[in-house]
Amino acid sequence: MLRIACPYCGERDQVEFTYGGDAASGFPALADADLDRWTDAVFIRDNPRGEHRELWQHQHGCRQWLYVVRDTVTHAIQSVVPARDASPAAGADGR
Amino acid sequence: MSEQTGRLDRGGRIDRSRPMSFVFDGRAYRGFFGDTLASALLANGVHLVGRSFKYHRPRGIYAAGVEEPNALVGLRQGGRHEPNVVATTVELFDGLEASSQHRWPSLDFDVMSVIDRFSRVFASGFYYKTFMGPFRGAWMFYEKFIRRAAGFGDPPLEPDPDRYEKGHAFCDVLVIGGGPSGLAAALAAGRSGARVVLVEDGAELGGALLSRPQGGDTDAWLASAVGELKGLPNVRLMTRTTVFGAYDNLVFGLLERVGDHLPVPAPDQPRQRYWILRARQAVLATGMLERPIVFGNNDLPGVMLASAGRSYVNRYAVIPGRSVVVFTNNDTAYGAALDLKAAGADVAVVDVRGAIGAELDRAVREAGIALHAGCAVARANGRKRVRNVEVCVFDAVRGRIGATKSRLPCDLLLVSGGWTPTLQLLGQRGAPLAYDDKRAMLIAGAVPAGYRVAGSAAGEPGVRQRVASGMRQGGAAAEACGYAPSPEPGVLPVRLPDEPAMTGIAPVAVIPDPPGAGYRKKFVDFQHDVGYDDIALALSEGYESIEHLKRYTTLGMAPDQGKTSSFNALAIAAQMLGRPIAAVGTTTFRPPYRPVSIGALAGAETGLHFKPTRRSPMHDLHARNGAVFITTGLWLRPWYYPMPGESIREAYVREADAVRKSVGMVDVSSLGKIDVQGPDAAEFLNRVYTNAFDTLPVGRARYGVMLRPDGIVIDDGTTSRLAEHHYFMTTTTAGAGAVMTFLEYLLQTAWPDLKVQVTSVTSQWAAIAVAGPRSRDLIASLVRDVDMENAAFPFMGVRQGHLGAIPVRLLRISFSGEMAYEIYAPAGCGETLWRAISDAGPAFDLVPYGIEALGALRIEKGHVAGAEIDGRTTLADMGLARMASKKKPFIGSALMQREGLLDAHRPQLVGLESASGDMALRAGAILCEPGRHQGHGIGFVSSVTYSPALGRHVALGFVSRGLSREGDVIDAVFPLRGEVTPVRVRSAHFVDPEGRRLNA
Ligand SMILES: [Zn+2]
Repeated sequence: MLRIACPYCGERDQVEFTYGGDAASGFPALADADLDRWTDAVFIRDNPRGEHRELWQHQHGCRQWLYVVRDTVTHAIQSVVPARDASPAAGADGR
Repeated sequence: MSEQTGRLDRGGRIDRSRPMSFVFDGRAYRGFFGDTLASALLANGVHLVGRSFKYHRPRGIYAAGVEEPNALVGLRQGGRHEPNVVATTVELFDGLEASSQHRWPSLDFDVMSVIDRFSRVFASGFYYKTFMGPFRGAWMFYEKFIRRAAGFGDPPLEPDPDRYEKGHAFCDVLVIGGGPSGLAAALAAGRSGARVVLVEDGAELGGALLSRPQGGDTDAWLASAVGELKGLPNVRLMTRTTVFGAYDNLVFGLLERVGDHLPVPAPDQPRQRYWILRARQAVLATGMLERPIVFGNNDLPGVMLASAGRSYVNRYAVIPGRSVVVFTNNDTAYGAALDLKAAGADVAVVDVRGAIGAELDRAVREAGIALHAGCAVARANGRKRVRNVEVCVFDAVRGRIGATKSRLPCDLLLVSGGWTPTLQLLGQRGAPLAYDDKRAMLIAGAVPAGYRVAGSAAGEPGVRQRVASGMRQGGAAAEACGYAPSPEPGVLPVRLPDEPAMTGIAPVAVIPDPPGAGYRKKFVDFQHDVGYDDIALALSEGYESIEHLKRYTTLGMAPDQGKTSSFNALAIAAQMLGRPIAAVGTTTFRPPYRPVSIGALAGAETGLHFKPTRRSPMHDLHARNGAVFITTGLWLRPWYYPMPGESIREAYVREADAVRKSVGMVDVSSLGKIDVQGPDAAEFLNRVYTNAFDTLPVGRARYGVMLRPDGIVIDDGTTSRLAEHHYFMTTTTAGAGAVMTFLEYLLQTAWPDLKVQVTSVTSQWAAIAVAGPRSRDLIASLVRDVDMENAAFPFMGVRQGHLGAIPVRLLRISFSGEMAYEIYAPAGCGETLWRAISDAGPAFDLVPYGIEALGALRIEKGHVAGAEIDGRTTLADMGLARMASKKKPFIGSALMQREGLLDAHRPQLVGLESASGDMALRAGAILCEPGRHQGHGIGFVSSVTYSPALGRHVALGFVSRGLSREGDVIDAVFPLRGEVTPVRVRSAHFVDPEGRRLNA
C-alpha cells in the first residue's frame, strides 16, 4: 500500500485516496473543437517505465486533487503538490 | 487411549502438569500443554498423518514448523472447520479434533493411492497437455473426477461463527522474528527509545533457541532478553502473529491468531486479527529453513528434517525414532545427531563429505555415533514408515555414486541439505537474491531502502554472531529513525557460550541413482507431489525459465509456497542445464507468506457492515408509518407504504394513482445536493452543463445534463439560482459522488483560475417532493410568506420561505409530470417538515409514496434515470439533443461529435408496450427485428413498469432509429427464460405529452 503525503493533511494510507489518472496532458481549451486534440487528451496515455505524473484525490480526507510524481517500477513517490499549483501540463485553462 | 511411547521422561518445554486429550481421525490421544499437534502425534507414535495431493502416497511429519509440507489436517468441526491447517503450527488444546486429508475411505487404506502406480500418466504437464490441447473437451468430462481426487482439503459448509477484527498500527522499527537476532534487534532499537514492534510467528519468543537443550546459557540469555524487552514501554511484543505481506512504503500485513490456540475464542475476543502496520524501518530477523536432500523414496513417513528431529527431542521431549540415521551434506545436522544420541537413540551419520572438521569429529566419536563419511543415502525403504536406508559410496565433488554398500536399519531418517534464509518478504518487495557459493545459500542481494536483514536470515552462522548482527541492525534502524544509539549498544544481558562453528557444507541437492537403479520417486515438492523426473521432463520440453518450470510442474505453488522445495528445484535445474545457480534465477515471491483466512481480511465488514447504510433524516418516521424499505446504492429508501393486507403492486398503484388524482409526498432526501458559490459560478456551470446557466434568472431552476469529456452523459438534475453568485445543484442519488468528484477535478486541475467553491450538502438538507394536482393547495395552506399563485410562482420557479416555523427552499419542479414542488429544509427539521405536511394532508387526500411509485410515474412520463443514463448513452440517444447549447462549448461538446456517437443507427429512447394483450416486459430484454433473434439485436429494454395511469404494462428502451419506427412491432427477447414478447414502439411520453399538468 502506498503512503501518500498530502500537502494539506500529512502522510496517509493509499485507501484514503482515489487514483485520478494520467496528469501529463490536460484538456485542450474548451472552445477547441478539434477532435484529434481531444481524443489525444482523453484517450491516449503513455505507459512509462519509471517516472509517472498522475493525479490522486484525497477523497476521504481534504478532497483536494493532488499532482503526484511516482515511479512505476519502485512505486517511490517523488513529489506531491496540490494539482492547482502544478505545472501547466497538469491542466489547460478552459477558454 | 494409547501411551505416549515417544515421550521422554523429562526435559522439554512442555508442561507435564497440564495433560490434554485430543482426537485424530477418530482416535483419542494425549499430549501436554506446550505441544503442537505434530509433536503430540509423534509422542503417540503416529507418523503417518496424510496422503499426498496427487499420488496419494503415505506421508509423515517432515518438519517442526511453518515449512511443514506434509502434515496438513482439517481442524475443528462445523462452521469452525478449517482445512489445510499445518499440524506443526497447531498448538495443542484440550478437546482438539483433527482429521487427515486426501484419503478415502481411510488414511491407512486409501483407494486413490492406486494413482501412485500409474504416476507416469499423471506426470507434469498432464493436465496441460491432456485438457488444454486438441482434446480440450476431455476436461469437461474429467474435471469433476479430478477435482474430487486432487482437491486440497474440504471447505466448511456452515457460516463461520467467530468474529474477526482489523487493526491499524504504527511503529518506528518493525522487527520480524523473535529468535536471537530479532530479540537483539528489538533490544538495541528499544533501548534507544524507538517505538518497536516485534512480531513472532510462534507462541513463544526464542526462535531456534527453543530447539536447543534446556537450561543452557542460551536459555539464560533468552530469559534476560525477553525480561528486558517486556520492561520497555516503547516495545510491543506480538506473538502468534505472522507478517504475511510486505507492501509499498513499509506497510505490512500481519495476521494475529488471537484465539486459534483455544477450542473457541474467549468471549470478548476475535478469533484472528488482521493488522495493517506502517513502519519507518524494518529488520528482517526471519531466520532460515532447512532444506531436504532429494533421493529415492525421500517422502516416506519417518523421513524428517534434522532440525525438526532436534526440535522434537529438545523442545517437546519427544523422540521421533529410536534408531536414527542422520543424512547430511553439512555440519549443522550434527547438533541433531548429538542431541538424539544424548536422549537415548542409536544414531549413525551418513555425510556426503569425505571428512569433517576435527572438533566435530571428536564430538561424534566421544558420543559413540557411527560416521559414514563420503557416503550418501540413495533410497529409503519401507511402506508406511522407513525401515532401512541404502547407503552408497558417494563423491560429492564429482557427483558420482557407487553401488549400494550397506543397508542401515532405522525407524527415523533425519535429513539436512543445508539452509535457506527466509527472505520471502524481501522477495515480495522485488529485491534480488544472490547466491553465496561458500555457504550454498541464497542471501539478500540489494536490500530495499528501509529494510535490514539480521541473524540467520543474513546467513550468520552461530548464536553469538546472530545476536551481534541483531544488535547492529536494530541499532542502525533506530538511528535511521532519528534516535540516538543506546549508550552501550553492543552489551548483551548475559554472556553467550562459545560454540564450534558449524559452517561446512558440500552443495549437494540430489543424490543420483546408483548404477543399475532407476528410482522414480524422488520428491522435490512434497506438497504438490513434484519430483526430480518432473523437473527433467519440463526442461526437456523446453521450459527452461525458472518461472515456466514452476508453472509447468506447479512446483512451489501449493499452500506452503515451496518453503522446502524452491531452492532444491533451482539447484536441480541449474545442474541439469549446466548453469550456475545465480544464472538460473529465482521465482517471484508474492504475499501471503502463510495462508490468510478470508475472514481475517474481511474483519468486521460482513453482512450489514459490508457497506455503510445511509438513511434519510425522516427514516425513523417512515419506519413508524409502516414503510417497506429497499436498498438503492448505499441508501435505504421507502419502497412503498402498504395498507393492511396490500401487496406491493396494490400499494404502489394506489400511491401513483393518488399522485395523478390528488396529491402524494415522497422522501427525496437522497438526491445529491451541491452548493455552488463564487463570482465565476455561472461561468463554471455553463462549462459543465450542456445547456446555459448564466442566463438563468435568480429565483428560477433549470434542468441540466452533464457529459463526460468523451461526450457520454454522466448525470442530470435540477440547478437553482438562489443569488447572483449562488447556485444550488441537485444530482441523481446514484450520481452524487461521481459528480462531486468531477466538479472538484475540473476546478482544481483544469480551471484553477475560476473563483468557485463547490460543497456537498447532500446530508445537510432533507427533501420532500409533493406532487399532484392538489399539491399547490396543500402547500399554500402551510406556507404563508410565499405567493403560491401560478403566475407568481410558475413552473421552474424557486422561492425561499417558511413552512410553519421551518425555513424552506421551494422548487416548483416535477419528476412525475404532475404539478409538483420539491421542499428542502435543514436535515434536522426533516421529521417536523414531513409531519407538518402529512398532518395537513387528509383535507387534500394526500398519500405518501415510495420509490416504486416514483419509478412508475417517471416511466409513464418518459423521464430518463439510472437505467437510461448507464454510461453508454448520449444526449441524442435519450432524445435530449436540444439540451446541447450551440452558443457555447461545454465539457464533452467536442467529443460528442465523434463519428460513432453521431451514427444515425444508434439506439434511441422510445416507449414500448406489449403488442398482443397486456404482457409484462422485462428490463434487460434484447430487442430484435421480428423473428431475427441474433447477436445484439437492435436495442434493449431499460425500464419497465405497470402503468397505473394507463392500466397496462409499459417500458422504456433503446431501439436503433427508434424515433422513426413509431408503431412498428418488434420482438423483446429474453433468452435466459426463453421468452419472446412482441412489443409496439411508441413515444416514450405515455402520459400528458404536452406537459399541460405541469403548468396548470
Ligand atoms: Zn488531504
